[in-house]
Amino acid sequence: MEASSSTNGVKKSPLLNRHIPIVTRSVKGKFRTFKTAVMLIAYSVYFLLPWMPWDRHNGASQALLFDLESRRFFIFNLVVYPQDIFWLAMLLFIAAALLFFTTGLIGRAWCGYFCFQTLWTDLFIMIERMVQGERPARLRLLKQPWNTEKILKMGASHGLMILVSFWTGVTFACYFTYAPDFLPKLFAGTAAEAGYITVVVLTITTYVAAGLSREHICTLACPYARFQSVMYEPDTLAVAYDVRRGEGTAGRKVPSKGLRTREERQAAGHGDCIDCGFCVQVCPTGIDIRDGLQYQCISCGLCIDACNNIMDSIGSPRGLIRYDSEQNIASPTPHKPHLDWKRPKVLGYAAALLIASLILGYNIGSRNDTDANVQQIRQPLFIVLSDGSVRNRYQVNIANRTDDDQRYELKVQGIPAKSLDIGNIPEIRVRAGKTLSLNVKVDLPADMARNTKEFFFVIIPTIADAEPVVIKTHFNGQ
Amino acid sequence: MSQDKATTTAPKTMGHSWDGIEEYNNPLPTWWIWGFYITFIFTVVYWLLYPAWPIGGNYTKGLTGLHTITYTAKTVDGKEVEKTTHWNMRSKFLHEMNEMEAIQKQWFDKVASMSYDDVAKDAELMQFVNSAGKTLFSDNCAPCHQAGGQGKIGFAPNLTDDHWQFGGTYDEIHQTIEHGRRGFMPAFKEVLEDQQITQLANYVLSLSGEPHDASLATVGAQLFKSEEAGCYYCHGADAKGNTQMGSANLTDKIWLWADVDGKAGQEAKLAEVKRVITSGLDRGVMPTWGGRLKPEQIKLLTVYVHDSLGGGR
Repeated sequence: MEASSSTNGVKKSPLLNRHIPIVTRSVKGKFRTFKTAVMLIAYSVYFLLPWMPWDRHNGASQALLFDLESRRFFIFNLVVYPQDIFWLAMLLFIAAALLFFTTGLIGRAWCGYFCFQTLWTDLFIMIERMVQGERPARLRLLKQPWNTEKILKMGASHGLMILVSFWTGVTFACYFTYAPDFLPKLFAGTAAEAGYITVVVLTITTYVAAGLSREHICTLACPYARFQSVMYEPDTLAVAYDVRRGEGTAGRKVPSKGLRTREERQAAGHGDCIDCGFCVQVCPTGIDIRDGLQYQCISCGLCIDACNNIMDSIGSPRGLIRYDSEQNIASPTPHKPHLDWKRPKVLGYAAALLIASLILGYNIGSRNDTDANVQQIRQPLFIVLSDGSVRNRYQVNIANRTDDDQRYELKVQGIPAKSLDIGNIPEIRVRAGKTLSLNVKVDLPADMARNTKEFFFVIIPTIADAEPVVIKTHFNGQ
Repeated sequence: MSQDKATTTAPKTMGHSWDGIEEYNNPLPTWWIWGFYITFIFTVVYWLLYPAWPIGGNYTKGLTGLHTITYTAKTVDGKEVEKTTHWNMRSKFLHEMNEMEAIQKQWFDKVASMSYDDVAKDAELMQFVNSAGKTLFSDNCAPCHQAGGQGKIGFAPNLTDDHWQFGGTYDEIHQTIEHGRRGFMPAFKEVLEDQQITQLANYVLSLSGEPHDASLATVGAQLFKSEEAGCYYCHGADAKGNTQMGSANLTDKIWLWADVDGKAGQEAKLAEVKRVITSGLDRGVMPTWGGRLKPEQIKLLTVYVHDSLGGGR
């Protein structure tokens, strides 16, 4: 018999309790189908993306490569440089706004369907079911002593989990190095040390988190799980048990003689819940949704599937457990559950999301292929030359963000062209994806130096249609 | 699922009792115990991999071979010797410095193998010259010439301007660094009258377009070229100096020893020039760096001083 956590009367911290392994029953239904579809897509993307080739003559031909060694991220046709760190801030802001937006609207959708902890746990539970069988078989296996059958089945399922964890680690490492080179090297023992560390750490953490700790990561470790709760509003759609319908006036009741049909049960005051316990058995965090909204609920919807199947089989309408808002469940005249998005909080998050996405999109779209900056050499601040003219020196850094080597012209504006001296360098050529820094000198006659406070450096790329970069600079006269 | 025992049953006792005192059995959490066991396993692995156990005057070496470290060091008489010691942080530091030098060497070799002009034409090599040169300059030259090479009037010449006391070509700068220089100007207080020194000082100021007394300067000009004062021996009849002996060019706007720019008013400027003529100079000593710096370092510094700092042109 299932004992819900509240029946103990006293709730103790799960840290002090003995770990009760949660053995879930499989279930069919629309949420299960959705979860499986998300899983398939997510795994396809994660495991296959590093192997996608991409024609690129300036770097490895891998579609997605976070090349830490050359300090460049290759994302399809986009090359991201360390100077673009601002994008990361925007991306994190967008991710946060998106999380707030969806949580305010439909609760912890991230946790239930998309979080990698959920995805890998789901996969590992599937492996367990494949090897050890359905819930009753697994429970029996857990209770039986360590004989050959138990060792074989446990060993096989955990071996498979470790194998998946290992491949997860290998795939992760493949995002940071050229995958077709890395894989043979990894097994030949000649890959870089960082590669082995990454694979080992990822293998261990994946196996421990999804194979051993499972729901404890969500209930004890994950901060997002906790702070998403405060984003719920009375109008937020959440997985909820319709207490009035389920309990009736006389409480839930297992069907027995005289209490089989809906009419008989309603006449006796019992609700639609037949206390079959399926909703608890399918729950990956082992809670009883009938106790109401709980912090452990990752909002995966599997209990909805389980209950709907039971309702179908006993001939009651579906939706005893459903996505509904707290307000609607409590209302004396409940309406059909719907997305209530006309709320300031939701609209506010949506606006923030939209603005941040537009800014990031504009920033990426309008990035100049030539990035340049000028630093004045301030030691000494200025130099008096033998004819009385004044010299300032500058370090000009030119970054070439194109895929080819480029030539640039450096000019000055606001002062005579001949005041600029770039030394003996015949032409300014910057390699693809690299930065060149030049030490240049600017000499002005004494009277002009006294009246010149600033001028402009103009960096002209020789690529067709490329805009010149103009940088305002100070000049120190006497 | 089964009922949780921890929440429903009282703690067990250890099963013994002394004078009615019983001890509760509250075992440590399993994960903690396992963590403790893992430290034992870690210890054994560590013993196998690294130096650990003393055995008489010897010790277990470990399987990783990390018990010794080898590095190359310079002895007092300049010879390079390879040393192998037990593993310690200082030796590891020296070992890593060797590795870094090996990485830098290819760039130094490239600079050493090319002509000065070719180095200056190579923008990427000049990036290395700028950064490595800055370090070498800061370590060796900055105490006198200052961090940015701006020098100090009356002490060490400014290397960022276009005046070169001993010549500003690559070869001349190389000569200066490798063999050192010695600048000297005799004191004239015993040779000339104070009035004559005033006339000379006015002439020197007039050469640079500074405020001066024109009539005194005219007399000073005569004196400059006369056998009595003999200024032109070193500074030349046109007062433009001579890089062979390091005599200053008096006609330009740059002051090496008399801080004329730093003084306000004609009187003060005049007094400053008079001070130099009266007392002379015996401070212009540039030490020799050949033997202290490696030839490729001197070559790189030459390019740095010529192109990065200054007006070598």
